[in-house]
Amino acid sequence: MNKTWNNKAWFMILPAMLMVMISAVIPLMTVVNYSVQDTFGNNEFFWNGTEWFREVLESDRFWGALVRNFAFSFTILLIEIPLGVFIALHMPRKGIGVSFCLVLMALPLLIPWNVVGTIFQLLCRTDIGLVGYAIASLGIPYSYAADPKDAWITVVVMDVWHWSSLVVLLAYAGLVSIPDAYYQAARIDGASRWSVFRYIQLPKMKRVLIIAFLLRFMDSFMIYTEPFVVTGGGPGTSTTFLSIDLVKRAIGQFDLGPAAAMSIIYFLIILLVSWVFYTVMTSNDETA
Amino acid sequence: MDFSWMAWTLPTALFFIAIFAMLIGMGVWEYYSPGGSPRVGILRIETTRGDRLFISLLGAAYIHIAWLGLTELSLWWALALSIVYAIGVFKFV
Repeated sequence: MNKTWNNKAWFMILPAMLMVMISAVIPLMTVVNYSVQDTFGNNEFFWNGTEWFREVLESDRFWGALVRNFAFSFTILLIEIPLGVFIALHMPRKGIGVSFCLVLMALPLLIPWNVVGTIFQLLCRTDIGLVGYAIASLGIPYSYAADPKDAWITVVVMDVWHWSSLVVLLAYAGLVSIPDAYYQAARIDGASRWSVFRYIQLPKMKRVLIIAFLLRFMDSFMIYTEPFVVTGGGPGTSTTFLSIDLVKRAIGQFDLGPAAAMSIIYFLIILLVSWVFYTVMTSNDETA
Repeated sequence: MDFSWMAWTLPTALFFIAIFAMLIGMGVWEYYSPGGSPRVGILRIETTRGDRLFISLLGAAYIHIAWLGLTELSLWWALALSIVYAIGVFKFV
């Protein structure tokens, strides 16, 4: 298909580019500047070359946080995407139930991260928390503050509770956009429920699911507030993800140079993984 | 306007000038040859020249990071390798 290329249209994105410049590019340039220097405060900097990068790349602390971060992101993606699709498939498409379900699904998304963390911190306490007390009453040893496994389960459940709604809403938007004609054709052909899902609903949801997948990956890979409020990165370093480690370095230890070097590596990882996901998930569309 | 809080150094300034020069160059190229010349290369995905620049820059960043983590040799070698890699990307991807 021949397209008409009008380069003047690019000027329309100048305001957006200006905003990105101020909010993202200038801070990123500052981080790059910090990553090759050392400072002891007073806005005085000393050239340090690439030493901070070498230090970060050689530290077990960085690699440990990175592995934990990947494990966390893939765990929540494996749960949230199928769960979100499942709930969206079972939501009503007509009637008063639609508004009720949509509002119900949107509620967790409206709660700030630190509040979600506080809710779960209280909810999972075995002395005063409803969930923690119930688990302890069943005779199951549970302590998110002492047992790494319990801390992980708590953080994963918290993220699933907070963010599955996003996947639900996106998947639901994809589902309601499917014309009835597709379902009528499927009924005429005697298609099974699984076939309708596999050959009509899933392909039609593909684009929104790509967005959900990317948003949830990037967001979970940058997770900070919720686990920090609940576990503080512990017990030990079991829930210390990259962002928590980064803040500890930058603000706790005031090691701006290593923190900046770590930020850049962190940024490059997110950029690469997101690009690979996006390319793989959209490649079928382009070749079709 | 005072930008001292950004802690500028000559090498990082040159680095960003090079990146912006590349982006401006790509903009000019796009103006005179619109469409981005899409094609399917060895990665079996359709790429425009903007995509190829992105793959080149991202790859160059990883080459430099890997160089720092794996060798003690000068980073100029990593830069040379990145240029060869970018030429390969623009030719074959």
